[in-house]
Amino acid sequence: MKLYRADMHIHTCLSPCGDWGMSPKAIARKSRQMGMDIIAVCDHNTAENAGSAIRAGQNYGITVLPGMEICSKEEVHVLAIFETVDRALAMQAFVYDHLPGKNSPNLWGDQIVVDENDEVVDENSRLLIGATSLSLYEVVDKVNYFNGLCIASHIDRPAFGIISNLGFIPEDLRFSALEVSWRISMREAAGLIPDIAGFPCITSSDAHYIEDVGKAWTGLMMEAPTFTEIRNAFEGRLGRRIVHRDTARKEDG
Amino acid sequence: MQAADLAAQFNLTVVAGKKGLERTVSGGHCGDLLSEVMANAPVGCVWLTIQVHQNIIAVALLKEMAAIILTGGNRPDEETMAKADAEKIPVMVSDQRTYGLAGQLYSAGVV
Ligand SMILES: [Zn+2]
Ligand SMILES: [Zn+2]
Repeated sequence: MKLYRADMHIHTCLSPCGDWGMSPKAIARKSRQMGMDIIAVCDHNTAENAGSAIRAGQNYGITVLPGMEICSKEEVHVLAIFETVDRALAMQAFVYDHLPGKNSPNLWGDQIVVDENDEVVDENSRLLIGATSLSLYEVVDKVNYFNGLCIASHIDRPAFGIISNLGFIPEDLRFSALEVSWRISMREAAGLIPDIAGFPCITSSDAHYIEDVGKAWTGLMMEAPTFTEIRNAFEGRLGRRIVHRDTARKEDG
Repeated sequence: MQAADLAAQFNLTVVAGKKGLERTVSGGHCGDLLSEVMANAPVGCVWLTIQVHQNIIAVALLKEMAAIILTGGNRPDEETMAKADAEKIPVMVSDQRTYGLAGQLYSAGVV
């Protein structure tokens, strides 16, 4: 088995708050430079750049998983990461059906669909920054229905997180993992948020600018950089496991 | 009433967006869920919230708000202050909780 470095929360230029420099190609190149093995592109309420990110990743030897960061009606952000683009797009169709409003680029920013060669394909006109009309339960259930990984985003942050907005993690919500932001260590997080005990935890960059890609990552000890292996590592099955960064450096190589 | 009068009358500290202090206040709104504020805040209002994320400035622009008041001792993020300055949306802070400050504003005729 080998330690893989995974940054599973990266925005592209399709997110209104994502920089224009966040093209799938630029992200793949930077991920390579930063020594990442696995990344997931998670734009706000959309997966339209996921396919080109996967192709760009192939060109740079990076495993890219298709995902999105869904905003529930409680304004809680949830990462939804899938095995295939088809499943991500099926989830996206469900999200779009429950996502009201039109984007105002001057208020929120541009939403650019780009191919793997930096060619602009389209501009998305939906209010991607907005909240869906879906409850957190509906989001989590649907992600699980499509066999996705369902991860509560940046649970230590004061905005758009499950703890900030709902106060605690309801026991019957079926998250695959929780994400602690790059700002604090796992140990600090465990001290601040006792709720996280018992959940697999990851950390990621939540990059909106190219220089942030790969600045935080989660170590995954497993056989291969595949979706199934990541799930195994989350669940601690077959000897696969999450290795936190403090200890990952020692185990690396 | 202008945003500047609000700050003076209710002892609020203006921490960003000072160039927007001549904005006229018409009505008020309290809320921390951005989608709810986008849907229900009246145009030109003063908005009381504990949300400090930079998205509050875009919401304020959308509703042409007169000012944002962060209550309960909350302070804006750095990006929020930069956006508030750029967009001339006054951001004020108060140590009072939303309920108490809203009551004072309402009694003083900010409706
Ligand atoms: Zn988020
Ligand atoms: Zn994000």
